[in-house]
Amino acid sequence: MPADFNWAIGGEAGDGIDSTGKIFAQALSRAGRHVFTSKDFASRIRGGYTAYKVRTAIDPVQSVVDRLDVLIALTQRTIDENLDELHEGSVIIYDGDRSTMADVEIPEGMIGLDVPLKALAEEAGGAIMRNVVALGAACAVADFPIENLDSALKKRFGGKGEAIVENNKKAARAGLEYVHEEFDYEFDYDLETTDNDYVLINGDQAIGMGAIAAGCRFYAGYPITPATDVMEYLTGRIERYGGHVVQAEDELAAINLALGAARAGARSMTATSGPGIDLMAETFGLVATSETPLVIVDVMRSGPSTGMPTKQEQGDLNMMLYGGHGEIPRFVVAPTSISECFWKTVEAFNMAEKYQVPVYVAADLAMAVTEQTFAPEVFDMDKVEIDRGKVVDEDSIDEWLDEKGRFQPHALTDDGISPRAFPGTEQGAHMSTGLEHDELGRRTEDREMRVEQVDKRERKVETAKSSEDLSPREFGDADSDTLILSWGSNEGALVEALDFLEEDGIDVRFLSVPYMFPRPDLTEDIEAADEVIVVECNATGQFANVVEHDTLTRVKRINKYDGVRFKADELAEQIKATLDAEEVSA
Amino acid sequence: MSSDVRFTDFKSDKQPTWCPGCGDFGTMNGIMKALANSGTDPDNTFVVAGIGCSGKIGTYMHSYAIHGVHGRSLPVAAGVKLANPNLTVVAAGGDGDGYSIGAGHFIHAVRRNVDMAYTVMDNRIYGLTKGQASPTSREDFETSTTPDGPQQPPVNPHALALAAGGTFIAQSFATDHKRHAEIVQAAIEHDGFGFVNVFSPCVTFNDVDTYDYFRDNLVDLADTDHDPTDYDAAKEKILDSSKEYEGIIYQDESSVSYEEKFGVTENMSDIPSGAPDDAMDLVREFY
Repeated sequence: MPADFNWAIGGEAGDGIDSTGKIFAQALSRAGRHVFTSKDFASRIRGGYTAYKVRTAIDPVQSVVDRLDVLIALTQRTIDENLDELHEGSVIIYDGDRSTMADVEIPEGMIGLDVPLKALAEEAGGAIMRNVVALGAACAVADFPIENLDSALKKRFGGKGEAIVENNKKAARAGLEYVHEEFDYEFDYDLETTDNDYVLINGDQAIGMGAIAAGCRFYAGYPITPATDVMEYLTGRIERYGGHVVQAEDELAAINLALGAARAGARSMTATSGPGIDLMAETFGLVATSETPLVIVDVMRSGPSTGMPTKQEQGDLNMMLYGGHGEIPRFVVAPTSISECFWKTVEAFNMAEKYQVPVYVAADLAMAVTEQTFAPEVFDMDKVEIDRGKVVDEDSIDEWLDEKGRFQPHALTDDGISPRAFPGTEQGAHMSTGLEHDELGRRTEDREMRVEQVDKRERKVETAKSSEDLSPREFGDADSDTLILSWGSNEGALVEALDFLEEDGIDVRFLSVPYMFPRPDLTEDIEAADEVIVVECNATGQFANVVEHDTLTRVKRINKYDGVRFKADELAEQIKATLDAEEVSA
Repeated sequence: MSSDVRFTDFKSDKQPTWCPGCGDFGTMNGIMKALANSGTDPDNTFVVAGIGCSGKIGTYMHSYAIHGVHGRSLPVAAGVKLANPNLTVVAAGGDGDGYSIGAGHFIHAVRRNVDMAYTVMDNRIYGLTKGQASPTSREDFETSTTPDGPQQPPVNPHALALAAGGTFIAQSFATDHKRHAEIVQAAIEHDGFGFVNVFSPCVTFNDVDTYDYFRDNLVDLADTDHDPTDYDAAKEKILDSSKEYEGIIYQDESSVSYEEKFGVTENMSDIPSGAPDDAMDLVREFY
């Protein structure tokens, strides 16, 4: 029996794929199994192929692989789309009565289970429950105790009344019993359960949760795939803590609302995807030059322009590092996993206020919309610390007043960081502007002051480099001559790829870099290695380029930009191929 | 807040660079008087401006202020107010800022009805870029970029505001000092979005919409039997393009501000030094 089990449901958008997948994932998680989900969806509401995949194991899983053991196919296309991942013995559950599946073609060597999903659902109380019948059938195939499905069904349908929950339980059992009674197969799976308590969370939700934990009280955003979950999470929750979410008229309004709230002293955030970052660019410059602490989340998707809204890419690094006219420090932190989406968001708020800079949180679709199980302690709230930086009050403001008693919000300091006075602070009244300004915040074109203010802002970067721990996360064999570098959501797939490589006797060292600016100095690590490979989901190697720039060393690259995230087994093959190519050329 | 605040307390020691005779002087003085009369003080006041001549207003005033980017003063002001509802917030902009590049924000700010005042210094021309047509320029107003006039009807900001559900819609004239300050104060004290279009003549580039023109053509609604709480009467005045009106054109006295509606009442700058006490509940939701 394989250590992990891979399951999917696929059909047309509008078939209830997402909620069905979620119920199954939740049932597995509540049964103490690790779960990693991924979604394959098209940019439309009804029609078009969509799938929800679940990988589960007793040991932690943190990526997807190229294999499907059980597939619930609501359309023929579901089978066709997943042909590469299906294998000899894969089980396909379908409803032969469904018009689109009447002449279904089950590939050779695979097991087709024709289950009358709709008919069984109707018997249980309504055709709408046909996907739940399929879940019951899947439980039969996977030997997964169906009782574990019950609490997930209760969570999903509890709000609609006990009768609906009971009907769904009945529907699930009808699917289970049908498989047991009608088919005579010995399936190769046994999804055992444990007593472990897990939570199942996606990256966008982790970002929202991190924001609340960090004291974010104001959020303004405009709905955009794949960042919308952040706003949906915060709505209805942030109010419990005295906060508020505004759905703005556009991204320009969103960042300006967030800027206003930040100037008023709130921890403030906006989240969007690449096209929204484009629109925010002008105000981004104002945020930076007025030295306003603000967290801006970019959940990257395929670009440019509208690109592929529902597909993965890490193509916005250059924009976050360099976007906007003029020159200004901005920090870019990049979570490397779903749990890091939480912790890096907390950190982003502290960095924003400590250094009075805009901080980008560079997330991406692959981690934003997929869920993973964690022990709740991974999000230990007692470990959240809030550092508001140099905030002055009535008692401490004196030191920052000039000879005329005026507050100096852009005072020239050794560490580059000036005092902040929240509105309402006596004697703190001051002006902020996007114009170059003096220490009082007043417009100036004085050559000397211009240079002093630019240098002051740049000094913050040096201060951060010397006081923040910017270390990468390290995996694999520390002594290996082969060094893999990556950023963002590729971490999980790479960590699992290391296992595949180890099986082949290949040991590598992997550094997953969560800080894009300021960045850790990787020079020594690179000089110590014979081979350096930078892995990222874009075509031009944006991170590889900055690594080369920083370390004056050429690196190898593995780039993927077809809209699909890296899979662990596929990545292992590519790393091997890159290393082999090197041997051949040597 | 102290009761002995004078309007000069809102003045900074920076000398304005507006052209001598510019309407913006009167506009600004009126705003400062309105603020002082409304009982706030500089440390509890936030002024938000866009760019252009009008955008300089925050520099010449003394309060918490931000000089933002072109056309975006309204969302910034709303963000300030929602984050700290104790502040008195005034957004100031020009006709290009408010009705052209920021027109989208204008309509949505009106709809949102956040408790703040919005004063637009309307000179019917672009001044700081040296005399191009603005969205309120007359159809036949000849400028460097519109030699035959814009050939498009001017924007009617009051009609936009009324259509968007505006709860306080007014107009004033920069040199009618007392009246202008009164109207702005009423906008500040209105429970919701107080919108005042201020005729603020550009003496350098606009030789049509001059002080004399407004003096000769302005009808003060206070001198008529206009009832600002009468929606239909307001609509009639707003759609009457044959006259220029001064005064409160429309006020919905039952207006409920955004903050009140959504219960946004706390100063959001006050947060604990760690995660909220019950934050693990947020994690447990994901069981």
